[in-house]
Amino acid sequence: MRKLIIAFVIAVLPGMALAAGNVHLEKVDIDLNNKESLQRGAKLFVNYCLSCHSAQYMRYNRMGRDIGLTDKQVEANLMFASEKVGETMTIAMPSEKSAKWFGTAPPDLSVISRSRGQDWLYNYLIGFYKDDSRPFGVNNTVFKDVGMPHVLWELEGLKEPVYNEEHHRTGWKYVSKGKLSPAEFDASARDLTAFLVYVGEPIQQTRKAIGIWVLLFLFVLFVVSYYLKREYWKDVH
Amino acid sequence: MSNNNGFMGWIDARFPLTKMFEDHMSKYYAPKNFNFWYMFGILATVILVIQIVTGVLLTMHYKPDAALAFGSVEYIMRDVPGGWFIRYMHSTGASAFFLVVYLHMYRGLIYGSFKAPRELIWIFGVLIYVALMAEAFMGYLLPWGQMSYWGAQVIVNLFAAVPFVGEELSIWIRGDYVISDATLNRFFAFHVIAVPLILIGLVVAHIIALHEVGSNNPDGVEIKKTKGADGIPLDGIAFHPYYTVKDLMLIVVFLMVFFAIVFFAPEMGGYFIEHANFEPANSLKTPEHIAPVWYFTPYYAMLRAVPPIFGSAFPGVVVMGLAIVVFFFLPWLDRSPVKSIRYRGMLYKSWIAVFVVSFIVLGYLGTQPSTPGKTLAAQIFTTLYFLFFFLMPWYTTVDKTKPVPERVTDK
Repeated sequence: MRKLIIAFVIAVLPGMALAAGNVHLEKVDIDLNNKESLQRGAKLFVNYCLSCHSAQYMRYNRMGRDIGLTDKQVEANLMFASEKVGETMTIAMPSEKSAKWFGTAPPDLSVISRSRGQDWLYNYLIGFYKDDSRPFGVNNTVFKDVGMPHVLWELEGLKEPVYNEEHHRTGWKYVSKGKLSPAEFDASARDLTAFLVYVGEPIQQTRKAIGIWVLLFLFVLFVVSYYLKREYWKDVH
Repeated sequence: MSNNNGFMGWIDARFPLTKMFEDHMSKYYAPKNFNFWYMFGILATVILVIQIVTGVLLTMHYKPDAALAFGSVEYIMRDVPGGWFIRYMHSTGASAFFLVVYLHMYRGLIYGSFKAPRELIWIFGVLIYVALMAEAFMGYLLPWGQMSYWGAQVIVNLFAAVPFVGEELSIWIRGDYVISDATLNRFFAFHVIAVPLILIGLVVAHIIALHEVGSNNPDGVEIKKTKGADGIPLDGIAFHPYYTVKDLMLIVVFLMVFFAIVFFAPEMGGYFIEHANFEPANSLKTPEHIAPVWYFTPYYAMLRAVPPIFGSAFPGVVVMGLAIVVFFFLPWLDRSPVKSIRYRGMLYKSWIAVFVVSFIVLGYLGTQPSTPGKTLAAQIFTTLYFLFFFLMPWYTTVDKTKPVPERVTDK
């Protein structure tokens, strides 16, 4: 009987159920209308990610247009791997080799924000810490035993966890300093997250902007159709 | 036929256009007391049109090839002008179709629209539902994401559970030992040609049968029983213009909801487009948690709820199949003398409520990873789901009913 009751409680309280193994994710708020943030994110992306990870469905010129850069600016500042501004963000590294180096081929990042979500990406980017048992000397708070090295190490520095007596992590201690302060690095992680969210669906801001007009039009159409219906139905008793 | 000359006269002498218009629109008399629940039929038709039109446009850019499919969807989303809009309409349309069809079927349940003389309308309707499930299932493989791939893997493996011939059967369906390029190609063929043809044929049959018998209504009164001197049912109004203008208004309301989702929440929090489907299909990497899209989850929960016998998942497959097949028998399971829930007793009302709760809870459980507690819950609600049908001959016989009025009521 008790099992029955528990089963019912579980069934009727959807909110309580959390998938096992999920780690706590810190929420991140990003602003896709902030072009400077996206430009900073793009710069980080091409400098630190684009050598191993591709974004093979994202075109340079489209990206430039969307984040407020001219083709010339894109070519001069953001294009290292490709020749023409109309190309997509591919990489030269063959995936068989990278699979050997990292244990798994680095995934394409075109739609990574849509499969992982922005919160996960942000937590992943700020989640690297020193762990000497790993091949690259780092581990990650949201991606256990990750194969990727801490590529933003020169910006963030290297941190290690501080535990309390119950072995809960209470904070971080930096073992080496990076070029950026913790606050600056956090802002950079947000910029990069914002950029990846943009890359996941370049149309999204336009989509919402058009949507408002579509709904306004439909609302007007509704008013007209409502009065049309009322007029016709006058003689139905 | 009022017009014997002119352009329409010329047409009508060669094709019964005016006659058809009159039979199905301007002289088709529908009960005047339709309520909210009666809009879902026309909405389902609207969605069918949306799906066909957007589907045709998507086909122009989509590549049914395991190596290209995922990329071609992203190409549609990024490089094809307006491609994202067409694709989101199609993906939202799939979920909207099921939502509307479920509500349409629920309307049938509460107002007894499946009862004599409308058994064939109901049976065509259930066939449409089955065809729609096949259509949605095969369409879901096409984006070639992880959930496309593993969802198809799980479902096709169900056929492998059939005793004796299962293994061969599943290989025959896939055209390979695993879901592969061959499977993608044949699912594409079924999704864009075979099943839509069947669907359209069934929809036509559904509407012809409906217009032959005439629509039911919230009172479950046969309006054709009380006709005026002109032979027109006293409680009937011409479908055109009365219901065409009313439906127009309701379609606009529906489109507001539909486009709010298309433009502002096309993923619908992972329910309409699953997050894991943005990872390309990978036959070597089984996802931790495979969940079908929401409209299949009640049956998926049933499948998982049934314990395997001698290591075979076949009993679960049978239960899942039976859960759908049982709908066909509804007209004969219901022994009540009245149609509408308005004049039925507490027993039928309670069992309808049990059924609805079971369906929704199973739907929720189907989205969740299984735990012993959840499996038990799924078993309980699966049992309740079937009891609604299996006990129906009993409770509809003993249930106290209220007298049905001669004419439809205002409300």
